[in-house]
Amino acid sequence: MPEATSTLVGRLESLLRDSAERWPDRTAVEDPATDESLTYVELDELSDRHAEALRNVGVRAGERVGLAVPKRVDTVAWVFGIMKAGAAYVPVDPDAPAGRSRDIFVDCSVRAIVSNAALADALATGAVNGSAVDSCWGERTTVSEDVVLLGKGGRAEEEDFADDAGNDALAYILYTSGSTGKPKGVMHSHSTARAFVDWCSGMFDPTEEDRFSSHAPFHFDLSIFDLYVAIKHGGAVVLIGETSGKSPLQLAEIASDREISVWYSTPTVLRLMIDYGRMEGRDFGHLRMVFFAGEVFPIGHLRRLKEIWTEPRFFNLYGPTETNVCTWYEVPARLPDDRLDPVPIGRPSSGDVCRVVDPSGTTVAPGEEGELVVAGGSVMLGYWSRPDRTAEATLVDAEGVSWYRTGDVVREDDGGDYVFLGRRDRMVKRRGYRVELGEIESALYRHDEIVEAAVVATPDDESGVLVTAFLTWSGEDKPSLIKLKQHCAQNLPAYMVPDAFVTVDDLPKTSTDKIDYQRLRADVVRS
Amino acid sequence: MSEIQSTVKSYVLEEFLPGESPDAMDNSTPLISSGILDSLSTIKLVSFLEEQFNVQFEAHEISRENLDTLDLIAATVESKRHG
Repeated sequence: MPEATSTLVGRLESLLRDSAERWPDRTAVEDPATDESLTYVELDELSDRHAEALRNVGVRAGERVGLAVPKRVDTVAWVFGIMKAGAAYVPVDPDAPAGRSRDIFVDCSVRAIVSNAALADALATGAVNGSAVDSCWGERTTVSEDVVLLGKGGRAEEEDFADDAGNDALAYILYTSGSTGKPKGVMHSHSTARAFVDWCSGMFDPTEEDRFSSHAPFHFDLSIFDLYVAIKHGGAVVLIGETSGKSPLQLAEIASDREISVWYSTPTVLRLMIDYGRMEGRDFGHLRMVFFAGEVFPIGHLRRLKEIWTEPRFFNLYGPTETNVCTWYEVPARLPDDRLDPVPIGRPSSGDVCRVVDPSGTTVAPGEEGELVVAGGSVMLGYWSRPDRTAEATLVDAEGVSWYRTGDVVREDDGGDYVFLGRRDRMVKRRGYRVELGEIESALYRHDEIVEAAVVATPDDESGVLVTAFLTWSGEDKPSLIKLKQHCAQNLPAYMVPDAFVTVDDLPKTSTDKIDYQRLRADVVRS
Repeated sequence: MSEIQSTVKSYVLEEFLPGESPDAMDNSTPLISSGILDSLSTIKLVSFLEEQFNVQFEAHEISRENLDTLDLIAATVESKRHG
């Protein structure tokens, strides 16, 4: 049914079609947890069938489809199937609270949801804008043992396909933590994704012999590299699922036994592998490139990793979800012994242009601190249905060029590389994920007995960032920490649950009667 | 409460829930599914169990099914000691 699906060059799914022609029998994707795998031609055909199933529940080009399933071989076929149907995929964490995922699907009004029976039940328990979820996605179609489609609507007509599914059409929406408690949807088109993917082709020379780790979940933007750079070049995507992804022992096993040649993960994951992965004595001989991103890699840990993995080249990739990867840095083969600071985030990538600006938007002198702003092909289209937020995050200069404001404070070093210094707002990185402290506060306020909540983040040697919640409490008894953590776990993804809770009589206030976060941070550091 | 449960309970309270009343936690309080232990703290707990009770965990055994409550932890450790 080629007329029913996209054949446009330049879209992400065309990478799969091309590779399926060129390397039909090579392994495209494999899952060490289940020992399942698909060749390129099998993945291409399976995703064609999934595209057809989506059209049968009414999905049309230009629409959105939710993806709420664990990471498996078949999930990759759904990612491509959704795009082949001309739609954009909206992946969520299958382990996150169902209410948060439901809010996301409602926010971008997905036409259908790819899910499984258990998750579909959890998603269906609740109301949307006052009406039952069933009225939006009430009909279930069982596709296989593991997958059900939620969606209502007859088969979509096939006219106008190309108009709504060009290279500038939406490819995916990734939701990131929002400061007011509501996640916001970062929209990327096929073109903005390809700007990064195609840059990688020229810079890193991937080949069909490469075997890529796919550690990042699909709702995390590191997955864009794993999936599309591998598929474009005929390499193998080695899936690391939700369970193995958290086990340093299994990660070390996969990296060696599955002969990974290109590894990509957050520094937190690499650090856990060094400390708990029993790396000694394993053979990592196939590894040729190690990429890390998402947060700062403390130099001591990077040094230790380079002592274990002595052969591969190491790269720091930087970029908020809004820009894909917009700067890169290759770690020198030998790190100077006297280096105490983390490695730089480097210089522009993906064809992007960067500037360092002061609060008025004027470029600062080289070497001075300022906010990093980015323009170019890999920058997002905007936030889904939030033009106000998109405008806030955009700096329009005198020439009319739009720059995405990263919120990251950097300076350019003597070698022309950008160095990350910190944030200008209340966002922190935890295990590589963005966490808006305001979103944690919103979740705490959902507790009946919490009167006031203030969440602060402080540096921590072991975990990188320590998140402490200060609370004032209306209940009679002192709140149980266990109950508070349970409350958070019901409302937030696990990586957002605070490490510590402190109950106080009153939160300290500034002279303008705002919560004095500086004093709270100082309290944490002192204790 | 057996020796394993009480040793692990003291460790979890001290390490991950400082200040919490011991009464708030019993042998069937969920630890992982409730958000008390995240992935990093689960790994730390396993290291503690390995050292304290002189057992070894295989990668696939580090799971909610084996570690979610004090009772499950004790059963897992017991089976390793006698297995």
